[in-house]
Amino acid sequence: MSSMITLKDYRGLPPAWCPGCGNFGILAAFKNAVIELGIEPHQLTIVSGIGQSGKFPHYIKCNTFNGLHGRTLPVATGIRLANHEMLVLAFAGDGDCYGEGGNHFMHAVRRNINVKLFVHDNQIYGLTKGQASPTSMEGVKTKNQPFGVLSEQLNPMALAVALDCSFVARGFSGDSGHLKELIKKAIDHRGFSLLDILQPCVTFNKTNTFEWYKQRVYHIETGHDPEDRVGAFKKALEWGDRIPVGVIYKNDRPILEERIPVIRGQSLVRQSFDMSRLSNTLKDFY
Amino acid sequence: MDYSIKIGGEAGQGIQTIGSTLARYFSRAGCHVFTHQDYESRVRGGHNFFQIRISERPVAASRDVIDILVALDSDSLLIHEQELSKDGRIIYDSSALKQKREKPRFLDIPFIDLAIEHGSSRIMANVVAIGAVLGMLGADPDILIKIIEQTFRKKGEEVIKGNISAARAGYDFADKNCAECGFSLKGSGADPYMLISGNEAVGLGAISSGCKFYAAYPMTPSTGIMNYIAARGKDYEIVVEQAEDEIAAINMALGASFAGVRAMTGTSGGGFALMTEGLSLASITETPIVIALAQRPGPATGLPTRTEQADLQFAIYTSHGEFPRVILAPGTPEQAFYLTNRAFDIAERFQIPVIIMTDQYLADSQWTFEGFDPDKVKYTDYRLRGDAFKNLSEYRRHAFTDTGITPLGVPGDARHLVVTDSDEHDEEGHLIEDAETRIKMVDKRLFRKMPLIQHEIAPPVLYGSDRPDIVLAGWGSTYGIMKEAVDALSGGRKTAMLHFSELYPFPLTDKFDYLEIMNNAKLSVCVENNATGQFARLVRTETGFDFALKINKYDGRPFKADSLLNELHDHIKGL
Ligand SMILES: Cc1ncc(C[n+]2csc(CCOP(=O)(O)OP(=O)(O)O)c2C)c(N)n1
Ligand SMILES: [Mg+2]
Repeated sequence: MSSMITLKDYRGLPPAWCPGCGNFGILAAFKNAVIELGIEPHQLTIVSGIGQSGKFPHYIKCNTFNGLHGRTLPVATGIRLANHEMLVLAFAGDGDCYGEGGNHFMHAVRRNINVKLFVHDNQIYGLTKGQASPTSMEGVKTKNQPFGVLSEQLNPMALAVALDCSFVARGFSGDSGHLKELIKKAIDHRGFSLLDILQPCVTFNKTNTFEWYKQRVYHIETGHDPEDRVGAFKKALEWGDRIPVGVIYKNDRPILEERIPVIRGQSLVRQSFDMSRLSNTLKDFY
Repeated sequence: MDYSIKIGGEAGQGIQTIGSTLARYFSRAGCHVFTHQDYESRVRGGHNFFQIRISERPVAASRDVIDILVALDSDSLLIHEQELSKDGRIIYDSSALKQKREKPRFLDIPFIDLAIEHGSSRIMANVVAIGAVLGMLGADPDILIKIIEQTFRKKGEEVIKGNISAARAGYDFADKNCAECGFSLKGSGADPYMLISGNEAVGLGAISSGCKFYAAYPMTPSTGIMNYIAARGKDYEIVVEQAEDEIAAINMALGASFAGVRAMTGTSGGGFALMTEGLSLASITETPIVIALAQRPGPATGLPTRTEQADLQFAIYTSHGEFPRVILAPGTPEQAFYLTNRAFDIAERFQIPVIIMTDQYLADSQWTFEGFDPDKVKYTDYRLRGDAFKNLSEYRRHAFTDTGITPLGVPGDARHLVVTDSDEHDEEGHLIEDAETRIKMVDKRLFRKMPLIQHEIAPPVLYGSDRPDIVLAGWGSTYGIMKEAVDALSGGRKTAMLHFSELYPFPLTDKFDYLEIMNNAKLSVCVENNATGQFARLVRTETGFDFALKINKYDGRPFKADSLLNELHDHIKGL
């Protein structure tokens, strides 16, 4: 089957992103990753939020729930709990996931639901035209932050390692081959996976440009043990002149789905409903 | 026979255990039972009570007078002594309350001493009290022994034996010392009745409708629904997930529903406020969902453990945008059961959100019934699954149809893709901006479905005279209280109740012309557990009808039969 899947199968609507947007790199890497993994469009559901990243599933082909701003993870969790034979991926923006939906992020990590979260991290609110996001760097000026961003930049990698997230990685949209491999690893990992993808926003982020990232990112594969949590935390703290990309941390915590006895045998959506038990249940009330 | 028994005390003293055991006893003994609870938002201390009314006839509300007061704290004496009927009795333990009352209506029963002496532990004082109440009523002790055996089955022989002798000690003591009490329990010997609370009934309705997924964040008074479903999750293969907040709860439920299973969430006003964006998401994505909204008094945290019907307009109008929703408001646990079943059916058939509104009073009160009929439970799976989905030549999740309803495909069951979007979208589910598609999608979701949904809505129930001079109208949990009032007034006056349990879309008059009845009445009264008469306002908005009289109660407490009647009498006198 897998050899038959081609780029054509994943061709969606023409993207409405700005020319040069980092999202194109993510889209290309993603298509190649799922094709190489032999995943067919109907075997996959993408849940996205609102933002430039939220449009992602429309530009490929797959089952899609493009929900509310910030609420990708609860929807993805509900889908997985109802059907754990479905591959469920969440696509969110940095504002979407770390701002509006920050609480859900923390709890999805805790649950270790087997959902893969891809964050299009352009360190800015793209769709709403350039406000600061939680990952914007301190001091960056925007129309809404005339004195520059005053809050400390959120570090999603360190946060995820601190929460013992099952898979923590960072990619760069301008490094397509490496990104594709990271996407495949995130999908193949059993457990909640966070892949934060640095991407330039050519229109609204004049600080973290393609060149800015290009000069700083480096691959961490050699000499880094992603199963060493303390080492991973150190790696996660790196940001500045050198920014690590690759798998920062992983563990094999049991996933939520396998810990729920009711769905251990078969996913909920495959279980038929048998009303004959009702007469017996009614006896409880006498 | 029409006795009211009240158990009063601090939180943590076991009021609930005594109350629910007695209620179970009476329903097993073939009595009709109505119970209601009044508790403070605290785990220890404060003053709480559990009130039980028993009769050989069906009872649907609590009374203001009580016949037996079990006083576990001194506040119970202070607050409830004045509620005692002429021949009423108060039982208490003078050593525990550190005070002695000599009036003949007081019966000092050493609950704790008897528990230690006969049951081996002071924890069994509650069982002594239960035995004492039954002793006063001259009730058959065998039924209690069976209940004790069932309750403590897992705790072993010793515990069962101890509890039985504690119960007997209480029974014998009361029997001997309350010889002149004059109570006697009737109804014994008849078949047991079913005893069920509002929350249990909603939960039971959900599990018998094939609900497979329940996500919620705890909030009184809705939590009982989650408790009930969670306890049966294993038998009925239901995943119950405690979400991190109500926003997550509704979004999880929508995810599960999108994936192909029946899903539900439940909350109270504050949590429902957080769910409102999710409600509109359900609508635009046409994802079925059932939401239980168990009201409590607001605004904000309000009175967390008390009752009110003040979220009706909120439920009808909340959320941005225009879309159909259905609001059901059961008046009894029986209605709660069947209406929850209806909620799942309507939600899935029309792919819309359905809200079931209860309140603390209904959620926590228990009623007796002959039984629920499994044959009246409807289960039709409207989703497009397996081969039926595979065999379609093409599929568009939001394709235009005459009815506005597009088959709900289960993602992954076929190669067809299921695509939906919180943005306005085209038939395939992809986001659009153009005016023409927008108009067609609104027409599909709203104008095509609406007449079909409207047609589903049942008119109010008429109880009492069919040409009444006096009409009491209301919705939701006031059913029982209005029914009792109608019964009491019917001797002298042609009286009726119009009870609305299907509120929105507002019922038309084509199936039953309730408006004519209201127009012809000499006195039309709207009874509501809120300050502003939200239902009366809804009736006026939808029909132009103005109630002559509005009786509103917004002290956080439910109506009671005697006080409502007193209030009505003042207005009826002049008729
Ligand atoms: C509840 C809610 N609040 C605000 C918005 C407006 N809004 C849409 S996207 C967005 C931020 C987008 O930033 P990000 O998540 O980083 O995505 P990007 O566009 O950068 O990919 C905001 C504030 C919304 N749609 N919903
Ligand atoms: Mg962004």
